Amino acid sequence: MIRRSWVILALLLLIPGFMFAASCAKKQVVSEPGVTPAEESAEARRLAAERARQGALEEQRLREQRLAEEAKTRAEQETMAARETFLDEHIYFEFDKSRLLPESKAVLRLKARWLKAHPGALAVIEGHCDERGTNEYNLALGDRRARSAKTYLVDLGTAAERLTCISYGEERPLDPGHDEAAWAKNRRAQFVIE
Amino acid sequence: MRKSSPRWFLVVLVGLFLGVFICSNTPCQARVYIDISAPYLRKIPTAVPFFKDQGSGNKQGELAGTLADLLAETIHFTGFFKILDRESFLEDPQQAGLIENEINFKNWTDIGAELLVKGGFKYQGDRLTVELRLFDTFSGRLIIGKRYVGYLNDQRRMIRRFCNDMIHRLTGHEGIFSSRIGFISTATGHKEIYIADFDGHDPRQFTNTGAITLFPAWSSDGQWLAYTDYRRGKPDLYIRNIREQQGTVISLQGSNLTPAWVPGQFALAASLSYEGNPAVYLLTGKGKIIRRLTEHWDIDVSPTWSPDGKAIAFVSNRSGSPQIYIKNVEEGKVRRLTYEGKYNTSPQWSPRGDYIACTRLDKDGTVNIYVIRPEGRDSIQLTRNTGNNESPTWSPDGSLIAFSSTREGPSRIYVMNANGANQRRLLALKGEQTDPSWSPRLSYY
Repeated sequence: MIRRSWVILALLLLIPGFMFAASCAKKQVVSEPGVTPAEESAEARRLAAERARQGALEEQRLREQRLAEEAKTRAEQETMAARETFLDEHIYFEFDKSRLLPESKAVLRLKARWLKAHPGALAVIEGHCDERGTNEYNLALGDRRARSAKTYLVDLGTAAERLTCISYGEERPLDPGHDEAAWAKNRRAQFVIE
Repeated sequence: MRKSSPRWFLVVLVGLFLGVFICSNTPCQARVYIDISAPYLRKIPTAVPFFKDQGSGNKQGELAGTLADLLAETIHFTGFFKILDRESFLEDPQQAGLIENEINFKNWTDIGAELLVKGGFKYQGDRLTVELRLFDTFSGRLIIGKRYVGYLNDQRRMIRRFCNDMIHRLTGHEGIFSSRIGFISTATGHKEIYIADFDGHDPRQFTNTGAITLFPAWSSDGQWLAYTDYRRGKPDLYIRNIREQQGTVISLQGSNLTPAWVPGQFALAASLSYEGNPAVYLLTGKGKIIRRLTEHWDIDVSPTWSPDGKAIAFVSNRSGSPQIYIKNVEEGKVRRLTYEGKYNTSPQWSPRGDYIACTRLDKDGTVNIYVIRPEGRDSIQLTRNTGNNESPTWSPDGSLIAFSSTREGPSRIYVMNANGANQRRLLALKGEQTDPSWSPRLSYY
């Protein structure tokens, strides 16, 4: 029993060494006959350089492609953002007034720029009021608010036919609250793209 | 006729009912019991005992009370009467007589009744016959007596007809019980027009736009309703026949708002902004523009006609804030009516011509109803400390004003006497109710 154990142990030690010897022997067999080591290394360098050059070109092409895609996405995002701003950025009014405030004019100038960049777009300008006062008068006031915004845009060069005014009076508040904060948000002209 | 006992005329009208004078006492006709233009009315103590059953039928017990209650509620609506508690009555209505010389008027004067309405009825087959008499208890005289024949479900109309005649006799003006009230309700989730009887009974949906509907206005013959609606995505003006599915749409560019019919004509004023700013125009009932009535570069809205059709009151911000102006449409002269308050809107000229009702935004931020003489004098505040009170509209006799109020939270329709007394809710439906518009007396009712 003890003797057989020794034999197994010896085999376990011998086999890895044998396998190592075998793998070394195989490597020597790879080198081609008739090609000197010097020639071999020059050709390898040339190939490596060629590969590197190809790789660099590919790399550059990919980078350019990536940049173009990024630019495209950015442009799309900017267009989307500009559209969203056009739709989401309202102009606000004082109580019982339809005259444009300086900040409203700044917002309208941006809208005019967007309309110029999108000559096919048609817009609806909705005029809204807060809940105070009477509905009849507020509908007329909403009409005046939308009209004020339209007149300013037309003065900035937007074709009048591209802009339609609709008054909603106090029918569609943005904020259902009953305080000045809510009323201020509701006294607005708001844009919709048709 | 007074000396002989009242004689019934034979009524042979099946299906229809007809009021027939039983007797009329000529000396009483001249007397005005109630002056509806007086600023403060003394309510006349009036007794309405249960009606007397005069014929067999299983509905009899029930009808004695329901008919009498209906009559009492109808006349009570005017605010002219104090209906006396039946607990205090001294006689059994089923035993007591219905005619002048069978009534012991002392039984009524003793409990303070100055007017007495006695009724008798017969319900046989499917036919209901009702006789009604109004007495002056102090003189012991019959003021008016009538008899009606119809089906059971005509009872409300019979009672209302009698009440109309009764009010006519007592005030010199016909009653308002054939009128209706149009209003906006959000019961369906959209603003639609509904029409109910003058007392809020039987409200029915009139429009089904699925959009926003506003500002109903009755033509003076009661045949047409004009209103603003957003069915086509913008505020257009609709002119629709009440009973037939026909009408006109005025869909000019901009806003088409606040119609007001010219008294006695198939024509109306409205605020239109197609020329750039909301201004008041005169249109035919077919929607054709006749001419522009107001000249100003900003807002002119909410016209209302004087009863003679010669002038309009309207809202303009020409002085910098919304105020009411009056324009004589023939001469073209414009004058400012309101100077108190910074926000006066919704003018409604009384059918009697003596007052213009309007709303004012008060300093506490709430809207209240006022009346003012067309000459600008005697401004009187009618509502206060009760939320927002808006959209006043006159009853056809000018004795009552219906309006919307948020006094109980959601907006509902209320009614009050022209002096602000007797404010009470007319009806409460699901959602909110706004924009009441009182019809003229309706012949087709």
